[in-house]
Amino acid sequence: MAAERPAGAAPSRLMFGLLLAPALLWLIGLIVLPHVELAVLSLRQRVAPGEYAFGLRQYLTFVDEPLYWNTFVRTAVISILATACTLLLAFPIAWTIAKIARGRTRSVMFMLCLIPFWVSETVRTLGWMILLRESGVLPAALVSLGLASAPPELLYRDATVLVGLVYGCLLFMVVPLVGALDTLDDAWVEAAYNLGGNGVSILRRIVIPHAAPGIAAGCIVVFMLTLGNYLTPTLLGGKNSLWFTEQIYTQFITRFNWEQGAAFGFLLLALSTLIVWGGLRLAGQRFGDVMRRT
Amino acid sequence: MPRGSFFSILGPSGCGKTTLLRMIAGFVAPDAGELEIGGRAMLDVAPNRRPAIMVFQHLALFPMMDVGANVAYGLQQRGVAKAEAARRAEAMLERVGLPGVARKRIEQLSGGQKQRVAIARALVLEPTLLLLDEPLGALDLKLREHMKVELKQLQAAFGTTFVYITHDQSEALVLSDRVAVMNHGRFEQVDTPQALYYTPRTPFVAGFVGANNRFGGRVRSVSGARVAVAGEGGLVLHAQGAASVSVGDAVEVYVRPEAIALARQIDELPANQPSYDGQVVSVLFDGAASAVLLRERQSGAEIRVALQQTGRFADLRVDETVHFGFDPACAACFAASAGPTDLGHGG
Repeated sequence: MAAERPAGAAPSRLMFGLLLAPALLWLIGLIVLPHVELAVLSLRQRVAPGEYAFGLRQYLTFVDEPLYWNTFVRTAVISILATACTLLLAFPIAWTIAKIARGRTRSVMFMLCLIPFWVSETVRTLGWMILLRESGVLPAALVSLGLASAPPELLYRDATVLVGLVYGCLLFMVVPLVGALDTLDDAWVEAAYNLGGNGVSILRRIVIPHAAPGIAAGCIVVFMLTLGNYLTPTLLGGKNSLWFTEQIYTQFITRFNWEQGAAFGFLLLALSTLIVWGGLRLAGQRFGDVMRRT
Repeated sequence: MPRGSFFSILGPSGCGKTTLLRMIAGFVAPDAGELEIGGRAMLDVAPNRRPAIMVFQHLALFPMMDVGANVAYGLQQRGVAKAEAARRAEAMLERVGLPGVARKRIEQLSGGQKQRVAIARALVLEPTLLLLDEPLGALDLKLREHMKVELKQLQAAFGTTFVYITHDQSEALVLSDRVAVMNHGRFEQVDTPQALYYTPRTPFVAGFVGANNRFGGRVRSVSGARVAVAGEGGLVLHAQGAASVSVGDAVEVYVRPEAIALARQIDELPANQPSYDGQVVSVLFDGAASAVLLRERQSGAEIRVALQQTGRFADLRVDETVHFGFDPACAACFAASAGPTDLGHGG
């Protein structure tokens, strides 16, 4: 047995390496290398045409310019808000799918959550625009119901951006939540109720602690998707939506200031890392546990 | 059921035991009827306000809390301050024989310890009723025997009324002050374990509690409480009759294997009792629960007879012919039920 081990281990290690290779290539080639390049880019400043030197000018610009600052904080706050709204909305849905629906109803409900994703994000967002613009369906309905004297403009508001973001991310919250709630034993809920617990205490002491890794996983995914979203804030929020990804886009494409764009990119990466870390600390969850649940 | 007693509900799976328990706990609403605990009507009381605490079949301990928090949970829900609840939880754990486990996680406990934590979690609330839904079902045989004794001692120590559900008759008989035998959603008989065993009032109880030999036949004569029954193949049995049987009725006679006396010589049997001859079909050796399967010579009916472990029949062989008889007072006769239930042995 002991003699066979090394002979048997070598091919399996080779196999493991081969299976891992595409993922590693992808990770190094498309994530690590561009980021190294971006890091170098963000840390050089132009001293003369065609001449560059190491410097923090891009980062200082960010600190000095209130517009960038405000956009940065705004993006973070709205993303956190969108994540919270998604969680509140997804929890009852996930509870219904995991605990109440059985058999066919269950799969139909899952389908209903999935169906919007058959349509491209652009088309879905344009659908919202058709519903919400001044001459759209919803303002017209409000006027005919007598709730408004003139059709209101519902687009280009923060609330509209929030609705669009929540809508787009719902599924990514529902799936890990269903997974977490599926393993919740109904007997725990009954036992807690029998011992004198009420709905609030059962939710707080039994359901949420059990579902915590699923909740954290869903929140991380939704938060990352929201923070990095470009299309929804631009289309539903308009030119004034002030989303940080728009600033990055502008720097790279419109202003052709790659150095500034790269610095912004890194700031966004730092922001998301910081908020995810802070959120996990706050919830008392470990990243490894959470990732195992997704 | 009297306060402070150990009451069991015994019945085959699917007879409605668990539904009944869940009704008492309030998880299921009855279609009709009343439910009172301690003289108070309970049907309008929400399950989290009833004085009936349940120990679940798979215990349903909360894995997200440590042992102490599990036991303290109910107290905290009743408004007991956190420190006081923790102190009372630890005192209760000590009373059930688990001192110093309050900080442990549920999965660190053994099966028997979990059992005791589940009981402590319920008893700490000082309920009027403790409902137990086959809590020993998931344990292995050795531990189950041990926990049986422990449960009985706990009940005696706390004086709480226990309502215990099981399909295991040995659990019900050993533990209970009174047992209700349940079949198809109805109580067949509510009695002490002794009364259930010695004087079953329905054929179902006779067949379900303890092992039993069942014989079908027709009543040939009735004299007082004694009936003579003619079975298949001309077998004539004498038994204690139910009041309602009369000559010619189709009846069932139940005779316990342990009520039958066995002898190699006919004169070893009491002379005033009818006796029979039989051939040994097989010897079922199981220590104290050993039995022998006989074929009655005249009718060919198979009869199970318990073997007393005095060593007198240690050398009993298959095909050997023996004599056997029983006191008719120990045999019960009932009007035959419509669909014969094959729960007893023999027949």
